[in-house]
Amino acid sequence: MSAPPGEEMHSEAFLHRLMREQLRLSVACAATFCIALLGLPLLNYFFPQFMAKRVFGFTLSWFILGVLFFPFVWIIAFVFIRRSLALEQKEIQRAQGPQ
Amino acid sequence: MSLAPFFAEGSSSVIEVLKRTDPWILCFSLLTVVATIWMGFWSARKSKTASDFFVAGRAVSVGWNASAISGEYLSAASFMGVAGMVMKNGYDALWYPVCYACGYLFLLLFIAGPLRRFGAYTIPDFAEGRYDSTLFRKIAVVFVLFIGFFYTMPQMKGAGTTLAYIFPGLPYWAGVVLVGAIITLNVALGGMKGITLVQAFQYWAKMFAICVPIFVLMSVYGGYHQHLAANRTSVDAPALMETDHSVEGREVLRKELPPQAPRDQPWISPFGSLTTKAAAKAGLTPKEQRPYSLLYTYSLIIALVCGTAGLPHILVRFYTNPDGVAAKRTTMWVMILIGVFYLFPPVFGVIGRNWLPDLYAASGAKGTDKIVLELPRILNEKYGPWGSVLSGITCAGAFAAFMSTFSGLLVSMTGALAHDVYGRMLRPDATSEARLKAFKVAAVLVGTVAVLLGTCVEGLDINFMVGQAFAIAAASYFPLLFLSSWWRGMTMTGAAAGMLTGGLLALGGITLTSVSDLAHLQGLDTFWRHHPMVRIFSEQPAIWAVPLAIAVMVVVSRLTSSRIPSDVRMKMLVLHAPEKLGLKQEYIQEHHSGH
Repeated sequence: MSAPPGEEMHSEAFLHRLMREQLRLSVACAATFCIALLGLPLLNYFFPQFMAKRVFGFTLSWFILGVLFFPFVWIIAFVFIRRSLALEQKEIQRAQGPQ
Repeated sequence: MSLAPFFAEGSSSVIEVLKRTDPWILCFSLLTVVATIWMGFWSARKSKTASDFFVAGRAVSVGWNASAISGEYLSAASFMGVAGMVMKNGYDALWYPVCYACGYLFLLLFIAGPLRRFGAYTIPDFAEGRYDSTLFRKIAVVFVLFIGFFYTMPQMKGAGTTLAYIFPGLPYWAGVVLVGAIITLNVALGGMKGITLVQAFQYWAKMFAICVPIFVLMSVYGGYHQHLAANRTSVDAPALMETDHSVEGREVLRKELPPQAPRDQPWISPFGSLTTKAAAKAGLTPKEQRPYSLLYTYSLIIALVCGTAGLPHILVRFYTNPDGVAAKRTTMWVMILIGVFYLFPPVFGVIGRNWLPDLYAASGAKGTDKIVLELPRILNEKYGPWGSVLSGITCAGAFAAFMSTFSGLLVSMTGALAHDVYGRMLRPDATSEARLKAFKVAAVLVGTVAVLLGTCVEGLDINFMVGQAFAIAAASYFPLLFLSSWWRGMTMTGAAAGMLTGGLLALGGITLTSVSDLAHLQGLDTFWRHHPMVRIFSEQPAIWAVPLAIAVMVVVSRLTSSRIPSDVRMKMLVLHAPEKLGLKQEYIQEHHSGH
């Protein structure tokens, strides 16, 4: 830490922007996840025949839930971590910027 | 508690039990128990105090820490319960492993970051720090105990089931008492602290024990997909011929299903026996059951995802990273490690359905919950003792699973009882000697209650019980942590009111359904039959309890908005500003000079 944190950091505007940007990132990632998580039961409900089709011996629904879901979540987590680290870097620069 | 009534029947029954014991299985299990206890004491000697654990632990590398978090997370439910439940209920039970792993994402997105920056090690710490209220701390402590007991019950069932399998003829309760007593004694004597090395070792032991037997089984008896393909549905036959040439002609063998087993179609399809149970008992037609089933599925998903995000004992380990960047990298690895692990238990359930269907006919400790332990033994038919060796390995993994989780829970619950209830509420002026004694007494007390509760739940599935504990956490801790981190307007009164309303109502509903299932209460059974919706809402309360808790928190906080902590902006800044800005130190200094 080179420069002491400035006045900027304690301003209402800084906190407001900080929380809004973080929340926006988290909500965007959560929404992608929730569409898949909450959408799958709906697909099962409305298109049972289609979801019962076989893929490598699994039913399509089983294959999505029991196998594909894990890498899907890893991708979301990976994107979130990268973006949130970049966001933190930006915030640090903003807070210490004027010095 | 003692084993006297069992052993009083004479030493001949003991010898009888030992005669029927498979030496390989016994050998591997004993090795795990001894190794775990030895490692616990060995590392407890190395780090004496709680602050050692937190502060010195900060030097832990990402790989070790990720393994340790994963080791702590995978309990008897993950190791034994998931497989048993997939075997019993098919597709519907798949939601459990998936949501256990995915709930971690929610934790990462909304809660882990702020809590780490705030520097609260436990939920009571957070409750007190965020609202400057010792009263709220006490309320949070009570919930640690509630959820803790719900979470110990399935671990005890795991212990009882495993011992009843290793020593055929040993009654279920004796296994629970024996394992409970050993771990309680161990914790009371100071072993089994949450040490990184032990927990990391536990993860790799569990991973080895789940994947090696399954690869051997698959190479001998056919793959995951082939065993699933053996379960035919009404839409199957043509699709199989057209698309899946790899399976055609290489059908796996399967044994005949007993009448208690679900048929292929409901087992492999969504909305099967687990989610339609209540509606089926009410005598509804399969078509009428479907909406109920969808509702049940959603409630289960909410409970598991939000419950994971509200599980307190996992959060602690985020502090054992040197900085926020390492903490995030650790989380990524944790998600990969537990995700890979969760691919395997369902395979046991699927192969178990085809090769050990006899388990469907049994119940309690002899039922599907022991499939992970017993399945490798089918190899004995072809390859002599190798099946027993592999079965010994899965038993060792099961021991690692319930021992690590039970001792972790026991330590945190005993800590809550001795530190908060005794040290802060009952006798604030107690000497350190008295406190140490209180810790030991509390350990024995908590262990005894856990064992007593554990002996009552033989009839419930391990995994199902863990799901119930998650539902209570989802309705109490999750709204608290989520809103406290992201909403400035929250007051202590609002937080406490919401947490108590959601948590206690969920607890009540779950206790009611579990008791009525175990005791077969006539009046309640009739009531459930007439009101399947009420039954689903009590058994899986998350779908209404989580929004209710959030609503109560918002409404009560608005009504008491004059009591928002005066330095809320600073608190929010600490929760959200990057750690590198050093706000936490600034906050602590201000806070202390203010008193």
